[in-house]
Amino acid sequence: MAELKTVGTSIPRKDAIEKVTGLAEFIEDRYMGPMLYAKMKKSTVAHAKIKNIDASRALEHPGVKAVLTGKDYPNMIGLYLIDRTFLAVDKVRFWGEPVAVVAAVTEEAAAEAVELIEVEYEELPAVFDPREGIKPDAPIIHENLADYEIVPIFYPKPGTNIANHFKLRKGDIDRGFEEADMIIERDYYVPQMQHVPIETHKAAVQWSPDGKLTVWSTAQSPNVVRQLLSKSLDIPMHKIRVISSYIGGGFGCKAGASIEGLLVPIAQKYPGHIIRIVFSREEDMQGTFTRQALYSKLKTGVRKDGRITALQYEMIWDGGAYTEYGVNIVRAAGYSSTGAYDIPNVKTDSYCVYTNNSIGGPVRGFGMCEMQWGIERQLEAIARELDMDPLEVRKLNGMKEGSTTAAGQVVHDLDYDQCLQVVADKISWGKKESGSEGKFRGKGIAGLVKCPAQPSNAASSAIIRINEDGTAHVMIGATEMGQGMLTAISQIASEALNIPVDKIDIKVPDTDFTPYEWQSVGSRITYTCGTSVKRAAEDALGQIYCVAADLLETPQEDLSFDGKKIFSTKDPEIKATIREVADSCKKCTGEGIAGPIIGRGSYVPTNMTNLDPETGQGNPGLFYCFGATGVEVEVDSETGVITVLQLASSIDAGKAVNPQLCEAQLHGGTIMGLSTALYEEVRFDKGIMLNRNFTDYKIASIDNTPHIDSFILETPETKGPYGARGIGEQPMIGVAPAIANAVCNALDIEFNTFPLTPERVWQAIKDKKNSGA
Amino acid sequence: MSEKITINFTVNGEKEQREAVVGHTLLRFIRNELHLTGVKEGCGIGECGACVVLLDGKPVNSCLVLAVELDGRELVTIEGLSKNGELDRVQQAFIDHAAFQCGYCTPGMILSARALLDRKPNPTDADIDEALSGNLCRCGAYQEIRGAIKASSGK
Repeated sequence: MAELKTVGTSIPRKDAIEKVTGLAEFIEDRYMGPMLYAKMKKSTVAHAKIKNIDASRALEHPGVKAVLTGKDYPNMIGLYLIDRTFLAVDKVRFWGEPVAVVAAVTEEAAAEAVELIEVEYEELPAVFDPREGIKPDAPIIHENLADYEIVPIFYPKPGTNIANHFKLRKGDIDRGFEEADMIIERDYYVPQMQHVPIETHKAAVQWSPDGKLTVWSTAQSPNVVRQLLSKSLDIPMHKIRVISSYIGGGFGCKAGASIEGLLVPIAQKYPGHIIRIVFSREEDMQGTFTRQALYSKLKTGVRKDGRITALQYEMIWDGGAYTEYGVNIVRAAGYSSTGAYDIPNVKTDSYCVYTNNSIGGPVRGFGMCEMQWGIERQLEAIARELDMDPLEVRKLNGMKEGSTTAAGQVVHDLDYDQCLQVVADKISWGKKESGSEGKFRGKGIAGLVKCPAQPSNAASSAIIRINEDGTAHVMIGATEMGQGMLTAISQIASEALNIPVDKIDIKVPDTDFTPYEWQSVGSRITYTCGTSVKRAAEDALGQIYCVAADLLETPQEDLSFDGKKIFSTKDPEIKATIREVADSCKKCTGEGIAGPIIGRGSYVPTNMTNLDPETGQGNPGLFYCFGATGVEVEVDSETGVITVLQLASSIDAGKAVNPQLCEAQLHGGTIMGLSTALYEEVRFDKGIMLNRNFTDYKIASIDNTPHIDSFILETPETKGPYGARGIGEQPMIGVAPAIANAVCNALDIEFNTFPLTPERVWQAIKDKKNSGA
Repeated sequence: MSEKITINFTVNGEKEQREAVVGHTLLRFIRNELHLTGVKEGCGIGECGACVVLLDGKPVNSCLVLAVELDGRELVTIEGLSKNGELDRVQQAFIDHAAFQCGYCTPGMILSARALLDRKPNPTDADIDEALSGNLCRCGAYQEIRGAIKASSGK
């Protein structure tokens, strides 16, 4: 590969100056026009029939323009399984489910009117634990599951609460266990967490009398919002415009379509008005996707030499009240169920179960944090049982070039051994330090892998316009929520066009003007959008050469472009400036040759397949990104407080398009992982979410974040743009198990759940003492 | 109609006289009346620091201060930090160190950092951690933020 000029350099972020001066425009910063403010009336019970809604007093309240209930608006919506309505219809399925929405001339009037709505419920038996919900005699939450429309790669069981049963069978599980010298069985539990982006969910809609719907949204995917609204409301796509601003953090909770459609009937009643909804922090905690809780059982067969011969993995997921998106997390965790390890015989059953808890949905890692918690804790248990070095057990079973995943997909372009080794070296693996009195030190390591969990037809596209002066506009449909997409994509465009990056403009999407992008999720944009941008650049460049060849009367193969001019490599005097070519290109006689240069690029994966419904075998991964986390902890046996002394994180980026931003992502993901490992757990009492603010739900702040040593490996991704692959979610995955492994190393206590709060750790130390172990 | 009070104050170096609704927060006043939208709401109850502005040089959560309390005081928002098109050192250091991702907490974060440096030009890591512990960043740019503040120190 020729030497790269822009890709691989740490240029400042494209959005840097806007973001440090307060001028970066988020959705709520935009003046849109005459406004009506919307507020939701939420259910006060988790599972109940709606007997009656009396909105008469709310409608009479001064300033109130409209009250909408589910009866008026029964349209259904969903990404993979269409099981949701915008407002509860006939029954509510979780505490806090919207049952009505009020629009008023001020936020205060709307809030006051919400309190005047009276809802009569008849409570139904509820399900708060998916292990109960999966039983045949459990109360049914979705009676009409059989009638729901679903993408045919999911397998719901009508008449039960199972929204998806993903099955995977690789090799011969019975023979695998027969070949083992030892069988190791453990149960694990991962609780719900919340994303808590600092910007909550917000949306605004406007209906124009000519039938055009304009939507402003914090959504991670404007194109999916458009697609789902089009289907749900039966409005053609060219009559729906979805506009993105900068997004104040996504982490998965703003994927799919969430709140945009809620306001459409009100907008239709008041054409020209902007109807806006802004979620409070409490609403954001309670009413948006949570990470699904996971109850899992692992059974592994292992030989004396440490080789794993068989894995049986049962996962029971708390899908919450609606699983339109969650069914795919359950599927992704299922087809990835060996984690970063090559295990020949696998039997996996992954169940998505409806409960009356908050809605489950995508979170950074998309099931991998939860599923690989079990894998990485199990690897530790195996090492302990065999008295082997946990690092060696990982390397022995770890994936290598040509290994197969649980789904039987062959993996390429990886160096998992090295991911493990760099973090091990950093924390001086194998050297046990002793703590001061009453304090115990330990070291732990965990590996990780993730591929984007996307449908095999998830596409990207790009348009590049070359301006009259040789500068360029890159138009794409990906969103900027902090990950640095605008910067990385500009660098790819700059590299491919050979135009300096400061001469390239790039903006966040507007579906009326920017081309299709599936979703900014799954750590896929650098790869997928990057590939389409590279193709668009190559298309533009091809046109430039073609036009220049005509203009200069020189064969294309003799031409070269240096970013400013196109010239003959045989005679540098034969040249044209990009300015001369970019506009309507004409000869000195005045005869026209070609109009403005517009490059286009499209991309859809060609290496993915559907999976066999019985065995789960096939190619679900676009690319696989590996990494590892290593930690050293000190545990205070008096208080149960864990202090993280060392935290090292590695990721194989293929090619770091912007090393500084890549490292920032690595740090950010590691901190989010650390925060979930030590602090975060959504608590419910009969479906009522108890911790709905930052005081009750703690996330990592600067004063409890240790220094992170980061390592970016670059094993090129053969088909990625300039060898790059996505890394946004991955650094989070290994942190919780690495910390638990280190705590286990320090205390000789196995923790099968997290967060490892002082209370939980202290209790375990006490229990161990009392049992005399 | 809600009762209003006339208040006199300085915002980003300019003297202003405005009517403020009794009961409205300073955050709401700054965004809706002064149209300075760099200040953000993240929680509305003083837990996240996204709405930090400088009041008489001290960082405050503007969601916890009433608009009428602005009377007779000096307000600095993120828009007032750069002078004549020149970025403040902290702003430049945040860019150089990639000390933000989504940018939503950034105005509050930078103003808290500015206030710290005004008070203590050479802060230790512990000083930084203490001064910024009320500013949450879910993107997890803390390590970069520490680096940026260190790089802006001594001036």
